Order: sequence, then C-alpha cells, then structure tokens
Amino acid sequence: MLIFTPRTIQSNHWVLIGPLISIILTIIIGALIFKMLNYPVTESLYQVFISPFSRVDRIADILVKACPLIIIGIGLIFCFRANIWNIGAEGQFIIGTLCAGSFALLFPENNNHILLLSMFLVGFLGGALWASIPAILKIKLNVNEILVSLMLVYVAMLFIDFIVRGPLRDPMSFGFPLSKPYPDGAIISKINFPGIGYLGQLHYGIISILFLAPFSWFLINRTLPGFQIKVFGSAPKASSFAGFNKNKITLGVLIMSGGMAGLAGVIEVSANMGQLQPEVSFGYGFTAIIVAFLGRLNPYGVIIAGLVIATAKLGADNAQMILGIPKVVTGIFEGILLFFLLAGETIQNYKVSLKRNS
Amino acid sequence: MDKKNSKTLLKASGLTKKFGSFVANDSINIEIKKGEIHALLGENGAGKSTLVKMFYGLLAPDEGNIKFNNKIINLLNPKFARAMGIGMVFQHFSLFPALSVSENILISLDEKLTKKQLEKSIINTSKKWGLKVSPSKKVAELSVGEQQRVEIVRCLLQKPKLLIMDEPTSVLSPQEIVNLFKVLKNLSKSGCSILYISHKLHEIKEIASKVTILKSAKVVDTMETKNVSTNILAEKMVGKKIIRLKAKKNLKKLKSNLALSVNNLYRFKKNQFGVTLNNINFTIDYGQVLGIAGIAGNGQVELMEALSGETLGKKEEIIFENKSIGNSKIEYRRQLGIEFVPEERNNHATVPDLKLHENTFLTFFGYHIFNKSFFNKIFTNPKLSIQASKQIEKKNDVRCPYDNPLAKQLSGGNLQKFVIGRAFQANPKLVIISQPTWGVDIGAANIIRQKILNLASMGKAIILISQDLDEIFELSDSIGVISNGNLSKIKNKKNMTPTQVGLLMGVS
Amino acid sequence: MESLLITILVTSVPILLAGTGELIAEKSGVLNLGVEGMMLTGAVAALGSVLIFGNPLAGIFFGALAGILISLIFSFFTIFLMTNQVATGLGLTIFATGLTGLIGEPFVGKTISSLPKIEIIFLSDIPFLGSIFFKHDILFYLSILLIIAVHFFLIKSRYGIIIRAVGDNHDSAHSIGYPVKIIRLLCVGFGGMCAGMGGAYIPLVLTPHWSEGMTAGKGWIALALVVFASWLPFRLLLGALIFGGITILQFVGQARGWPFPSQFLNMLPYLVTIIALSIISIKTRSGNTLVPSSLGKPFLENN
Repeated sequence: MLIFTPRTIQSNHWVLIGPLISIILTIIIGALIFKMLNYPVTESLYQVFISPFSRVDRIADILVKACPLIIIGIGLIFCFRANIWNIGAEGQFIIGTLCAGSFALLFPENNNHILLLSMFLVGFLGGALWASIPAILKIKLNVNEILVSLMLVYVAMLFIDFIVRGPLRDPMSFGFPLSKPYPDGAIISKINFPGIGYLGQLHYGIISILFLAPFSWFLINRTLPGFQIKVFGSAPKASSFAGFNKNKITLGVLIMSGGMAGLAGVIEVSANMGQLQPEVSFGYGFTAIIVAFLGRLNPYGVIIAGLVIATAKLGADNAQMILGIPKVVTGIFEGILLFFLLAGETIQNYKVSLKRNS
Repeated sequence: MDKKNSKTLLKASGLTKKFGSFVANDSINIEIKKGEIHALLGENGAGKSTLVKMFYGLLAPDEGNIKFNNKIINLLNPKFARAMGIGMVFQHFSLFPALSVSENILISLDEKLTKKQLEKSIINTSKKWGLKVSPSKKVAELSVGEQQRVEIVRCLLQKPKLLIMDEPTSVLSPQEIVNLFKVLKNLSKSGCSILYISHKLHEIKEIASKVTILKSAKVVDTMETKNVSTNILAEKMVGKKIIRLKAKKNLKKLKSNLALSVNNLYRFKKNQFGVTLNNINFTIDYGQVLGIAGIAGNGQVELMEALSGETLGKKEEIIFENKSIGNSKIEYRRQLGIEFVPEERNNHATVPDLKLHENTFLTFFGYHIFNKSFFNKIFTNPKLSIQASKQIEKKNDVRCPYDNPLAKQLSGGNLQKFVIGRAFQANPKLVIISQPTWGVDIGAANIIRQKILNLASMGKAIILISQDLDEIFELSDSIGVISNGNLSKIKNKKNMTPTQVGLLMGVS
Repeated sequence: MESLLITILVTSVPILLAGTGELIAEKSGVLNLGVEGMMLTGAVAALGSVLIFGNPLAGIFFGALAGILISLIFSFFTIFLMTNQVATGLGLTIFATGLTGLIGEPFVGKTISSLPKIEIIFLSDIPFLGSIFFKHDILFYLSILLIIAVHFFLIKSRYGIIIRAVGDNHDSAHSIGYPVKIIRLLCVGFGGMCAGMGGAYIPLVLTPHWSEGMTAGKGWIALALVVFASWLPFRLLLGALIFGGITILQFVGQARGWPFPSQFLNMLPYLVTIIALSIISIKTRSGNTLVPSSLGKPFLENN
C-alpha cells in the first residue's frame, strides 16, 4: 500500500526534474504502446522525437509550430492559476481568427501593417468575447465553466465552417470553402535572414512571444492583479478575506486567456495561411493545456514546453508521411505526459512510501 | 502495580506509531479496566488521537501490541474493532450530512437489519439512555449536540464493551455536558469501559477515576484522579509551570467611548447548511473586550463575515465611529482601523501555499502601512512585505522552520500567532477575533490571550467570538451569547455565571 | 412520425448509458471528465471485436471491458496518486483520442453488421407504441433497465447508501471503516463500463463504421446531463431523451429543407447544453444538497 505523508519541506528540485522524468517515462510507455500495436518502435520514436532536429529548416519549423501553442499556453496560465478551468481555448482561437480575418477582408486593398496591428486587437477582443461567455455564466449563474467553454468549441467550429462556406466564401475559389486571400497589410511575412535566406516557415510572429512571456511573468509575479489570481486560485476564502473581487478575477483571467488564444489565431493564420478556411486550428487549443501544465504554469516554462510538444507534433507529421502512423498519435503522448506531470505534483507535495499491508 | 480488584479490559504495551520521521506515539503503555472511566489527557499534538485510532483499527501500530480481554488482537480496520466491542465517538464526528439519521446508523452497523427493525432499535436505545434522536431527519438539519447524540446512539447499538470518546464536550453547552456525563456514568455502571479524551482538567476530575497523561508522544504518568489536583495535572501535561495572565487595566469610562454599534443586523443564510442572523444588536466601547459565547455552528461564522464585510448588508446595520459601514467592503473597514482574525487559520486567514510575506500582503495591500501611492496599488513589492512579515515574526515570537517559509509549513500555534500579530501590526482601533486559541497549544494560547488583554489595556476595542467558556470568562468585560443566529442581551461579566451563559447557549 | 420517435430513442442511448455511469462515479465523489475518451475507447473496441469475431454481441462485451480498463488509468492517478481530477480526466480524453485513432486506423472504410432487433412478444404488437418501444436492440433495453436499477439501488440498497456516504464525506466513511478508495475504484469502473457500452452503441447501432473522434462530444454532453439531472436517475433519462430529440433535429431539418444553414442545426445540442446548464443553475443557486459534497476532492488517508 502507498502511504502519503505531506512534506514539510518542499523539494524544490522537483520543479525541474519532475517534468523531465515525466517526459522520459512518457516516451518509454509510448514505445510500449507502439510495440503492442506492431508499429516499428525505434523507427517511430526516431521520427517523432529526433527527425524534427535533422535539418536547420526543420528546427525553424519547430518554432513555427510552437508559436500558437506557447501564446495560448501563456494565456491559459492565468486561468489555471486562478483555478478556472478554461478548456475552450480552441474555440476562442477560432473566433479570434474569424473576427480578425473578417476585419482584414473589409480592407481588400490595404498594404499597411497598421491593419495587422488592428487585427491583433480585434482578434484579442474576439477571443476574449468568446471566453467571456463562460465567465459571465459562471459569475451570474454559477454555471460550470469547464462544460460551457468546451461546448463553445463545437459551436465555434461550426460557425467558422458556416462563414467560410457562406458569407465569406471567395467566389473565385472554385467551390472550395475558402475566403478571399488577406490583403498584404494583414500578412505576417517570413523572416529573410541576411546571407541565409528563409529558414523553413519561420515568420516574424514568433517575436510576439518575446514580449508576451516577460509581460505575463511580470503580471503574475509582481502586480496586484497577479497576486489576486494566485490567492483566488489557491484559497478562495482567503481571497474574499483580503477583499478581492472574485467576479473580476474570473472575468479577467478568462478574458486574458481567451484574448491570447485569439491573438495566437491571428498570428497563425496571418503567417501561415493568409486566408480563412474551415480548419484554422489543429487542436492547438487543447494541446496548449498540456503545454501550460508541462511549463508548470510559468510563462518561461511554457516556452520550453511549447517547443517540446511542437517537436513531437512535427515528428508525428513526419511519422505519418513515412510510416503511415496516424498523427493523432501525439494525443497518446500528450495524455500520458499530463498524467505523469500531475503525479509529479503529488510527489512534490507528499512523501510517498511503500508499506506492507498489515 | 497490577491491582487485581477488577479485570483488565484493554492493555496496550509498547505501542509505537511513526509518520515518516515523525514519532506520534512512542512505546505507550496503558491499561483500561472493565467499567472504568479512564481519561486520556494531553495537549494538541501530544498523540492522543493517534493512540485511540490504533485502538479503533484506523491506524496500525508499528511496534507493540494491544490485548483485549487478555488476547492479543490485530485490528485491521474499524469493523474488527466494532466486532470486538470497541466503539468510538469522533471529535469532528463521522456522520454524513446528506443522509438521514437512520441511513447514517444503518451503514455503520455490521449486522443487517430491515428499515423497521432499525428504527425500532434506534428509538429503544435512545429512550434507554436518554439520548433523543429523530431517525428520519437529515443530519445536516441537526444541531451539533444532536449530531453527537446520533454518534453515541450509533455506537451503543453495537453494545460496546469499550467506548472511546474524543474531546466530546468541546461542542456542547454546559447543560448538555451535564447530560452527557449522566449517560457516561450510567454506561460505566452497566459495565462498559470508557476512554475519555480531553484537555479540560476539571472535566477529567469530575468524570474519570483514572487518568493517563501524554506529552510529546510519551506517557508521562498514570494516576488516580482522586489524589491529584488540577494544577498538578496541568503541569504534567504541559511540562512546566503555567503562568497566570496579567489582568488588564481598565480605562476611565468616558462618554464618547463608543467604538462600534451593530443595529438590527440581518443576514439570510447563504445555503441550507448556514445560519440566518436575526436582528443582532450590540455596542462595544474602547478599552473593552466583548465576549460572544456560543456553540459552534450557531451563526459565529456568519457574524464574523458580516462584521468583516465579506457579506454586505444595509448601510446602517453597522456603525463605526459615526460612519455607517454595513455595506462597505472589507478593505475599507480595514482602512478605518478595524482588523479581523477569522476562525480558520488555513485557507481563510492565510493562503497555505503562499509564503509568509505574501500572506502579509493579503491584508496589507492598499493599507496605510505601505504608503499608498499609485505604485503600491498596482505593483507588489516583495521587499516591503518581507520587511513587514519579519517584524511580525519578531514581535510575536512566530517560530519559522526556516527563512521565508510557506504558510503551511508553520505549526498551528505559530501560524495563529502570525495571523493575530498581522492584525495587531496594523495598529487597529478595533479587532474582531474568532476562536483565537482553537487547536493551539497552551503556551501559544497564553501568549495570545495576554496580547488580547494588553491591547484592551491600551484602549483598543476587542470583540472575541469563542466557544471556549473559560476563555470568554477569563478575557471579557461583557458577555453575549449567540444561539441559532440570535444574540442575547450583552451583560457585564460580573452579572453573569457560566450556568446562565450555558442556558443561553442551549436554546435549540 | 413513428420512425422519428424511434430515431430519437436510439440516439439518446449513448448519452444515457454514459450519463448513468458518470452519475454513479460522481455520487461516490469522483468527477471523471474522461467520459468522451472512455466512449471512444468503447466504440473502437466494439468495432474491432465485431470485425474479428463477426458477432455484434461481442462488441457490447469488449466495449464494456475496454471502458473499464481505460477507467483504471484514471482511477490509478486520481484515487491512488491523488492527482487533480479535472486535469486527469481531460488527460484521459486526450490520451484516448490518440489511442483510438491509432487503433482504429486499420478499421477505416470497413463496415460492421448492426445489433439485431429483438421484438418483445405481445408488447411489440401494441399498435404504435409497440413498434416504438419494443422493437429494439438488446443494449437499448439494457440502458433503460440500468437507469431504473440505479435509481432504486441508490435509494434502497445498503451499498447504494454507502456510495452516497462516500461521496458525501469521505473522511467519515473512512473513519467508520469503509475502504473509500476501493469503493471509488469500483464506481469509476462502473462509469467506465457504462461509457464503454455507450460508445459501443454508436458503431453497433447508429453509424456502423469507424471515424476518428466519432463520439463528437457526446461524452461531454453526458457529463452536462448529470449536472442537469441534479444527480437524479430519472431526470437523467428525461434529459437524454430531450438531447436525443435535439440531435436528430438536424436530420429532420435537412430532410425537410428548413431554411437554416445545417451548421446552425448542428450547433443545437451544444447550445441547448449551455442553456440547460444555465437554467438548472438558476434553480439550484441557493445551495443544493444533491451535489455530492466530496465531488472532485482527493481523499488522503492517515489524515
């Protein structure tokens, strides 16, 4: 029988070692699953985890893939720290993208990047608006935010599908469900390194992370609103004792994470697609939940976590092309990883000892 | 040592229990005779609960053995203990609020009865011992006293040979205690042994014939209660002489001494487990300690929330120095000079997972203590809060395991000293304190009580909400009693006796 | 009309089954957000086993078994390692979505035979009602019987009371000697079994071939349904039927050429879920005893 005794002294090294051990255990278990399902184990693992590093442009693509995950993940930190379970970032991503995209298409001839900047704002607001639905229902009626935010993902998916097949469909798209291409002012260009040229799909959108991560870190660790979020998430009664307004906190964190998800969508689509289509996100909103946890709800941690997960995602794409393994396989790794990360938290807080069952 | 005048029912030899590196019980020897009321005395954390949990099969000893009727027994779980004839009434009860009384009893009985048989035997047992319970009611609807009766009836239905009672009187009014003692004495006459856990000395003298004293996981002594004074018991329990509190100085009565007045305060209960506060009226002067007595769950939590501003009402309900603050938020009330110490240290007064200095910030943010510039309203400044928490630690003898710990890493007594110190640090005019010494060791409790008296001597007003009648009488100038959401008339302590207060407590 | 009602009934079976299982798990105090994942697992197991054994009844068995097995992962982490139930349940769904995608890959494009209909003698001859209620597959009848059984089990039986007790106050249950963790393990396992069968119902009766994520949010709706039903079995049944009705509105709309874009009709189940949750929250805002008090809280022994 396992015996748990609360630790009086926190073992700080777990903060770093925990995620590392989790990743190793995840790979081992993943390998066993491949083995059981008769996929070539070493080959698969090579494709998933190593092949993305095999060329410089592929490494650059890891950054590209990680970009939306990191931005959404940083936003989710606010919610999860406040113990608000927003699992609908996927929907907020879609709506943010849709709002910004529709906005861009209002100015078909524009080639000024002020348009792009306003799209960031519109996208943020769109995502925030979508996330404020579960916030308001929770505040006013005490409705569970988990279920509402998730239901809104399905609604958002169907809604963008309707828009690009209906009102915003490009008449020149030969029946494909695509909007008109964005005007030049709405496009994020690829980075042209002097002397090297383009590296994969690497684009200027990446730079946003350099602002968002320190900004979020500062907000959480050095400001009153950040303090309120931590207190509210850890001990709601203490938060009311301090005089913090729980409704403002709930709305605030959901707006923050919804807005960031929307922003991530704008960057992703403006950099990589340049037009609206029914599928703008490929589960980024859900994967970002894992990223936030793997990053231990710390903005800098989320950057590393985003890169790790993006590597596996790209690797899975390779594995699909080369070995015919469906790329949903990353879900297996993500799920197991989350299990181990959570178990690691228990080990961080409790001393676990094995005891004979007398 | 072994007098053969009566038979031994339970004998524990060399019982040791460790949790990790922490030794909770260190080779305990104890012997309980048939029909004896045996008291187990000790401070919080002395190891009383651990010991009786081993007798009830909830914990397995690491070393030593338990003999019951001269046979070594191995209690795998409470079912085994019950089958042997050991019953236990828990301090915080082991009831299920959402289930009815009879459902509660049904699932703790190991023999299988039909619903009718069960209700019949519940009623029979409750009549036989004078323990009134109503089988069809939900436990959530019962008062604390009734809940305890349910627990006792539940045990008695199993016809126990040994009944363990863990701090049974901490939730009862004096009258209810009298009734409980009657029941216990009758039980003992009928041949049932009772292991009575308490830290209240006069109770032990009154009810028990023998007492075993635990201190820091070890047995200090076992003695006949006849031959020993409460003072000696106290010293054995604490391990040193107990210092008496210095009485407070009384201020001259001034005309404009009024600090706070509460007028027709009304709060509807938040949920069905809550209590509605009804028409609460009182005033308090500076330099005074107002004690509010009452059994837990009679509206103390709700009163605290209304006074602190965690729940808001009409403006005129609460007036502090001519300002109507019934609808003002807690941070505004703090700015006026009122501080609060709620009854729950963890999760309410502090955030266990945050550092101590961050917990300082919990009540100090936007406070005059940090000069309230725009900067300090938006940004947190660890330097300021670390400084403040160091001061509090120093002034109040808060002992930390190491520098800058998390709140949860402090012991109960030290955390309580911190919480109270934090309130006093703000130099308040009025402090409202709820259950300041609940679950705190005697040393820390004495420090806290002395601080309260000193503060009143300095001309501050203190409202003390406590279930500990001794504490109320020791510290207060005037006393009121809260019962089922109603507050009695406030009277001067000199015109009140514990019995009167007890009568007011037990209106339910 | 007749065929419409029949379609409503069979459409509600998966969420009814999954909801029944989750209701028991939640009554014992465990919030398992992995219902969607457990349903997917049941679906893929059912499909695979029918392809291997050729018998749709094998699909029920293996669907249920797979549901139980995958619920064990959740139980191991939440009950024995005390991980956060919300996050772990989410992880289970993510994990199962990937796993079933991998397992289901070889099944793509293959079609299985459906569960046979069983006509109940005499009853199925009743005009109108007979063909609506008494000409169904075995899992349909089972789901109805199960929810009735659960109702009486929770109120009347000793074990039902014990489960409610564990969900109400796990510390009390522990201190009078009940093995809280084992009881929860069993309840979550029951939840897994029901979700597995609910998932199995989809390929066995509704759409007889595999597609990734074919449960399309039914597990989440089942979770919402338990809240909507205030943990009362018969209200769960009613809720499942309402959702069955809403789900098939889209087919009706398409068939009759309603002037709404199909996407809006497809949104209805999700929107109605949100509305239903809001309505039930208004009704129970002033404290609800039906919510198991320990729901979602980890249980730490020796405390």
